[in-house]
Amino acid sequence: MNSQLKTLSLSIAAAVVMIGCGKKEEAPQPAPQAAAPAPAAPAPVTVKIGHVAPLTGGIAHLGKDNENGARLAIDEANAAGIKLGGAPVKFELVAEDDQADPKIGNTVAQKLVDAKVAGVVGHLNSGTTIPASAIYNQAGIPMISGSATNPALTEQGFKNVFRVVGRDDQQGPAVANYLIATAKPKVAAVIDDATAYGEGLANEVEKTFKAAGIKVLPREKGTDKTADWKAVLTKIKGKKPDVVFYGGMDATGGPLLKQARELKINAVFSFGDGACTDKMAELAGAAAEGLICSQAGIPVQAAGKKFLDAYKAKFGIDPILYSPFTYDATWLLVEAMKKADSADPAKYLSALAASSYDGASGHIEFDEKGDRKDAEMTIFTMKEGKVTPLAIIKGDKSLTLDEYAAQSAAK
Amino acid sequence: MDTFLQQLINGLTTGSVYAIVALGYTMVYGVIQLINFAHGEVVMIGAMVAFSVIMALVGAGTGLPPALVVLLGVLAAVPVCMAIGYALERLAYRPLRHAPRLAPLITAIGMSIILQHLALLIWGRDPRAFPQILENASFAIGGAAISTVQIAIILLSLLMMAGLTWFVHRTKFGIAIRATAEDVRVAALMGIDANRVIAATFVIGAALGAVAGVMVGTYYGIAHYTMGFVLGLKAFSAAVLGGIGNLAGAMLGGIVLGLVEALGTGYISEISDLCQWPLVGELLTERCAAEGHVILFGSNYQDVFAFLVLILVLVFRPSGLLGERVAERA
Amino acid sequence: MKRQTLGLAIVALALLALPLVLTQIGTAWVRIANLAILFIFLSLGLNIVVGMAGLLDLGYVAFYAVGAYTWALLASPHFDLHLPFWVILPLGALFACIAGAVLGAPTLRLRGDYLAIVTLGFGEIVRIFMNNLSAPFNITNGPKGITRIDGMRIGDFNFTQTDTLLGIAFTGPAKYYYLLLLLLLGVIVVNLRLQNSRIGRAWVAIREDEIAAKAVGINTRNVKLLAFAMGASFGGIAGGMFAAMQGFVSPESFVLNESIMILAMIVLGGMGNVWGVIAGALLLSFVPEFLRYSVEPLQRAVFGRMLIDPEVLRMLLFGIALVLTMRFRPAGLWPEKRHQREMSQALEGTGA
Repeated sequence: MNSQLKTLSLSIAAAVVMIGCGKKEEAPQPAPQAAAPAPAAPAPVTVKIGHVAPLTGGIAHLGKDNENGARLAIDEANAAGIKLGGAPVKFELVAEDDQADPKIGNTVAQKLVDAKVAGVVGHLNSGTTIPASAIYNQAGIPMISGSATNPALTEQGFKNVFRVVGRDDQQGPAVANYLIATAKPKVAAVIDDATAYGEGLANEVEKTFKAAGIKVLPREKGTDKTADWKAVLTKIKGKKPDVVFYGGMDATGGPLLKQARELKINAVFSFGDGACTDKMAELAGAAAEGLICSQAGIPVQAAGKKFLDAYKAKFGIDPILYSPFTYDATWLLVEAMKKADSADPAKYLSALAASSYDGASGHIEFDEKGDRKDAEMTIFTMKEGKVTPLAIIKGDKSLTLDEYAAQSAAK
Repeated sequence: MDTFLQQLINGLTTGSVYAIVALGYTMVYGVIQLINFAHGEVVMIGAMVAFSVIMALVGAGTGLPPALVVLLGVLAAVPVCMAIGYALERLAYRPLRHAPRLAPLITAIGMSIILQHLALLIWGRDPRAFPQILENASFAIGGAAISTVQIAIILLSLLMMAGLTWFVHRTKFGIAIRATAEDVRVAALMGIDANRVIAATFVIGAALGAVAGVMVGTYYGIAHYTMGFVLGLKAFSAAVLGGIGNLAGAMLGGIVLGLVEALGTGYISEISDLCQWPLVGELLTERCAAEGHVILFGSNYQDVFAFLVLILVLVFRPSGLLGERVAERA
Repeated sequence: MKRQTLGLAIVALALLALPLVLTQIGTAWVRIANLAILFIFLSLGLNIVVGMAGLLDLGYVAFYAVGAYTWALLASPHFDLHLPFWVILPLGALFACIAGAVLGAPTLRLRGDYLAIVTLGFGEIVRIFMNNLSAPFNITNGPKGITRIDGMRIGDFNFTQTDTLLGIAFTGPAKYYYLLLLLLLGVIVVNLRLQNSRIGRAWVAIREDEIAAKAVGINTRNVKLLAFAMGASFGGIAGGMFAAMQGFVSPESFVLNESIMILAMIVLGGMGNVWGVIAGALLLSFVPEFLRYSVEPLQRAVFGRMLIDPEVLRMLLFGIALVLTMRFRPAGLWPEKRHQREMSQALEGTGA
């Protein structure tokens, strides 16, 4: 009775999950752990990999991009005919929507645990990833985020938590050091939008400036909806900074830059990845020309050409932001399973931690916290309305795009 | 000194916008004692409609002079907003005119949510960038810069305030509005059609709101479906500050609030730098030496000013700067 | 009478068995049920303020935030404090209560709609402070929020682990479910008892006509303050439970929309009526889940792509529901009898 009920309810849960991602597939196989090395002609085993990102709400387009990256990797892995423990494996993506809300993030994390996924790629926002990581940790399921940049994620001491994107405190120093080397500022102003992302990034930039002996003005802040920056900028103008860094998104960074130029502030303006988009040219007009900004990872132009073409062929659009990272994250899980010859988290976790993998976003290895070692950062500038890569920062080296290409080709 | 002057110019510009939006709240409140929560959304829709028209005209390459393009944007936004203002009154508020006080307020919140999400469906979630077509020259006065757009906003606001004052005091219909605000029933006995007057206050308020929306859009170069809410709250605070129900009060309140925000954002961190405080500063000498400043409140509290002003005024002088005692009417 | 007892027993049994059944479908559903109970709890707390005393509070989420941050700060590695629940849960309620009194004392003499705006402003101020109190002294950790918050723990009984009792496995969320159910029972009893108490009647009197209430000798100021403080305390308890369950709090969980959502539950269900409020909260808790699983597949099937995001549709429906309820059923879908009478009477004039 009990086991019957369990099977029934399991299939209901699976059906719900499937309706959730709008896909029709055959009834799920039992959990991957059940697949012991089988004798001759083993039946195919299904390994579920969870993916979580907001698919509805304000950043649904970024969430979909993340999911596409993971889906592409899953399809490729299935086409590769991978075997675990001698049995052919079919990977299945269980895609969930967390609406960028920590409450819902925890619920869907639980859903993935219920569905007995072998690993999780996600979530997108740090705000949902951090609380959800505790649930995955308790269930012993490895997770890799392709986009959560808040340092706190990997500072919790969880052994199962990884990320392939650079931390805010890796990106901040990269852009700050570039500014120090090129603009040689004496006085710097740092502004942020009072979000976890903006403030975190701004803090790291400020730290780097201060370490280089540059005078940093008291922090100014807006919000993620601020349109009127005039009062803040007027205050800054009086102190005559040489560079201004803003940690925030393009929707607020655009008006900030436009108003700064109206107030005749001639400092170099620079931004993090949230405002490192072509939209800046639209929002700030001519004022956007010449801004300096950074993105975690290598530029899309430098991302594996193979990935770019495959993505475009499959989805008919270009990757937007983090899909190379979720693509790599998914492959990292698959490769680790291959190495351990098992989809059992307990068995492949150590293989995952020891990964050394060349992906669409460059070479990936994890440090002991689960962060990416020597994550690449790219510095861009706005040129004729398009963000154009200037330099790729790896460790403390700064390379031009061509040098980087030459180096990768040499490997 | 030039920084101070620049902050005054900044405050005066945003204050003018607050004043125009505040007029919409105060007129409606004056006549039927209703906080039209959805007024901020009307302003947002004004900006959005103007955005669409300006984009279409620029995209079509009509070659019209930029000022005319913006004017056409305004001319399109005003009737749309007037229609929304009228519909709000007819569909949402009029049926509830004799209901308990909470009912229209909750309806207003509902209408605000509806308008916001309709705008989201029409104009999308991303911020819309106003095309930068107006020649934005700046002039130097005493070391500060003032741009043509800022001058236009301040002048236009003054013009609209003067026009509204003339309308309310010198025309027959304006006198009817004032009579209705004084006492609905007596006004009705005098042969004034109260329904028409009430609808008119909504429509006029919405028209002013539409113009304010275009001003905001061209000034900041951006329009977003959530922009109306905070703007509306601040304008409402301005109306309360000036004395709700009082036209001159709304204008004064708007400008005062704009100045308070600009100067507050500009100077609060210098005032609240603990290092210069006599006793506290000594406790923090080490940190002060290392960082140069320990600032208690910075520009991160800029959105608090409006709410603080609102709460303080309501608690200590509910009638506002220029209003009569209205808050006692329970 | 006997039949009523039987009915009650069946409901009680069903509620007790629910997490076991839900666990079979998926523990995630227990979590969804827990959040629904938390919101019922919140709306019953707000019901004391809005439904009974007729004070429109648009900043209720501020008290919820105070409770959540009290728990988070006193039971997490942030300050390296790990106080037991019987200290921090009452403390959270107390702080929320004080916050309620601090807000209420000067503002309660304001008329209804002014009060609404002031409470809204207060709610925003609290959120802005939570978001910014990371500098110059780090109190709340700012927008990054507080991680690794201790869960509920009574002695050795830990609410975050799975325990087996009589051969049945009780997961962490299932244990929280029973705890929340117990707390909910408490707030329901308080609400029901209040309805027919001296204080409850005084609140209703104020709601209906404050001047008349004053005339019959009710100390309107104190009684209103009591409603405010009591509602706030319940918000504080709910906040504490939220922090314990989530293990993470950040200011983005305490935005104005949450206040409006809780208000909508009361308005839709029926202000003042305990069962109506519960029904309203249940309805609004499960509608989003329902929409998520129906709207998107339906649109994909009919139009081939998603035209309206379920989240947008949900908000649109909320707005429309608020407007239509006020227009056609101003006392809510399941109105309180007395309130129904009052709301249906056309009052002459609004100013006097």
